[in-house]
Amino acid sequence: MPPPRCRQCPHPAALIRPRCGTPLCGPCFVTRFEAEFLLSLTPPPGSRIPAPAPGSKVAVAASGGKDSTVLSHLLQRLAPRLRLRLALLAVDEGIAGYREAALGAVRRNRGREPLLVLAHKEVFGWSVDEVGAVLGNGSRCTFCGVLRRQALERAARGMGADCIATGHNADDIAETLLMNFLRGDIARLRRTAPPSAPAQPLPPVPRCKPLRHACEKEIVLYAHFRRLDYVSTECAHAHRAFRGHARALLKALEASRAAAVPALGHSGRRLVVTSPKGGGTSGDAGGHAPLRACARCGFGSSRALCMTCVLQGALGGGRPRVALGKRGLEEGP
Amino acid sequence: MGTWGPGGCGPHHVLGLCSYSNCFREYFVHKFRAMLGKNRIIFPGEKVLLAVSGGPASSAMLRQVQEGLSRETAKRLRFIPSVIYVDEGAVRGQSPAQREQSLACMETLLQATGFPYYLVHLEQLPASILRPGPTTPSEPNVSYKEAVEGFIQQQRQKGYGDQDSGTSLPGPGNGESPEGPPSAPRLPAAALTQELLKLFGAVQTLTAKEELLQMLRIHLILHTARTKGYTKVMTGETCTRVAIKLLTNLALGRGAFLAVDTGFKDDRHGDVMVVRPLREYMAKEIAFYNHYFNVPTVIAPPLPTKRRDKPSFRHIVENFLLGLQKDFPSTISTVYRTGEKMSADHAKPSCESQRCLLCLCALDLDGGEWGGLWGGIRRLGAL
Repeated sequence: MPPPRCRQCPHPAALIRPRCGTPLCGPCFVTRFEAEFLLSLTPPPGSRIPAPAPGSKVAVAASGGKDSTVLSHLLQRLAPRLRLRLALLAVDEGIAGYREAALGAVRRNRGREPLLVLAHKEVFGWSVDEVGAVLGNGSRCTFCGVLRRQALERAARGMGADCIATGHNADDIAETLLMNFLRGDIARLRRTAPPSAPAQPLPPVPRCKPLRHACEKEIVLYAHFRRLDYVSTECAHAHRAFRGHARALLKALEASRAAAVPALGHSGRRLVVTSPKGGGTSGDAGGHAPLRACARCGFGSSRALCMTCVLQGALGGGRPRVALGKRGLEEGP
Repeated sequence: MGTWGPGGCGPHHVLGLCSYSNCFREYFVHKFRAMLGKNRIIFPGEKVLLAVSGGPASSAMLRQVQEGLSRETAKRLRFIPSVIYVDEGAVRGQSPAQREQSLACMETLLQATGFPYYLVHLEQLPASILRPGPTTPSEPNVSYKEAVEGFIQQQRQKGYGDQDSGTSLPGPGNGESPEGPPSAPRLPAAALTQELLKLFGAVQTLTAKEELLQMLRIHLILHTARTKGYTKVMTGETCTRVAIKLLTNLALGRGAFLAVDTGFKDDRHGDVMVVRPLREYMAKEIAFYNHYFNVPTVIAPPLPTKRRDKPSFRHIVENFLLGLQKDFPSTISTVYRTGEKMSADHAKPSCESQRCLLCLCALDLDGGEWGGLWGGIRRLGAL
């Protein structure tokens, strides 16, 4: 059987696209991928998906991994055309052996954009390794993730960014949906669908996920064809993460039918969760609880104190595990 | 006494009718009645069609209804049940002889209950079924009592005589089969079977086959319910089955319809409501109950698979959940409870032209991000 030909041009195919089975040569695949990226930055009006407007300032969350490297590469190429002003934000969580090499890649890939590196230790007073020492056996993902997102939020607000671009891909979004269902995290499931109105009084900086339609395999292939420099070490604590279970399920579903990944994304966008009971102020149609300002730091929070403050307080008070349970959110530090 | 949670400690020894089993039976029966009582959907004297597959769950449901109807008057369940069994043997790879045998077993089983029953074959599904059915809009904010009175009025007007008082129920021994072959069950014409097999043969993946089978089955059951005047259909989905369905449907893109696909009441069909009274029972509890109280079952073989077939979504999710359940015993109930929080608000269509012919939910066409970008765009300019 002769090797398959590229669908667009007479050259031999270099790959077969995972989802639709189209054979493509390298350059044609790169062209398609980039065009789809551009399309995801211009969502249909009325779809409530955040996207940077022309002339806006975009803070790009760069971790040095494959997703954010592809993201920053593509945004750098597109910035003149879309008239975007970029800045790179990198976060150093303080996990030994994981972040240093990745931050090196971020520095190498940087063009002329400003780069800001934030360390958990500096911003919050605790690095993830230090948290781990206090926690002992538990999972550190909550501390790492919540603090990282807060660091991005603070930095983006500080530099006056109009939106934060993150490299979440289709697989990530599908995994998150499965994970939230498995854990019964109704609050996060409510936030899966795009919000209909910005929260008051302190709206968080909008998050934009231009790679939300790209599957992981294609991102790796794109990085390969464009010879991008990234670091792909797995976090040392990843084996403890609950996400691993959701990921295993996703991979099995994807092997059976590749369309499961975008289907999960679609399901997530179309989820209709019942409104929170006895909500005093009215949420919007999606049933979101209104965001208010944290009593301590003033950033957006769904409760009296934001999770960051609760975690910090718990760490400071020597009771980190309490913050992870339900009581931590009610009592506060 | 111990707790009866999922995967929790059941009776530790099985010695015929040990003292544990009475407590278990009380718990089991109470759950069924509480489910019906709490939701207050079934009216006294209403005709309800029980969809029985012969499997453990629907057989347990049948037994519950039998027991519930035979209690003393005050506590008696007060609806009028009939049973429907759909013979899917052709699609499940059974030979005609095997199908006849299964049908004979089911018939004996159903005759023993004394309820009227229907034995239908999947081939009998008329093509005209894929047409929008009549919709009876439900009135909001009507109390249960008013709804019952309205229902009884309706029945009186239709002239059903004393059936609305709920006293004339078919007693045991009345093996009346309103539509069905007289003595031995007959299989449908070979041509019809071939048509059905051709349809299933055209479907490539197991996932799609399973969805198709489910869809055809429910259409046939609803058709029977409509033509014979039943307003409610009861199906035997357990908690385990509901959790599996939730995740499977997410992977199929049916996130908007989780509530109607798995909820206690499914009223997307308008005139006939599907009710799922077993949805709080774990599969294990059903198995214990059936074992202790000798509930007969007739197990149908699964869809035939070839070696090159990839596992279906349902199969993958089932393995995953049962595997995770071993280490985290609250997995299935957590998924179930999450599913309970889904709302059916946008699942029902605003008018008949907006209804999907196959799944009967509102058309989820707002492509937006879904339509064009899945799998890649055809014609694109260069960057």
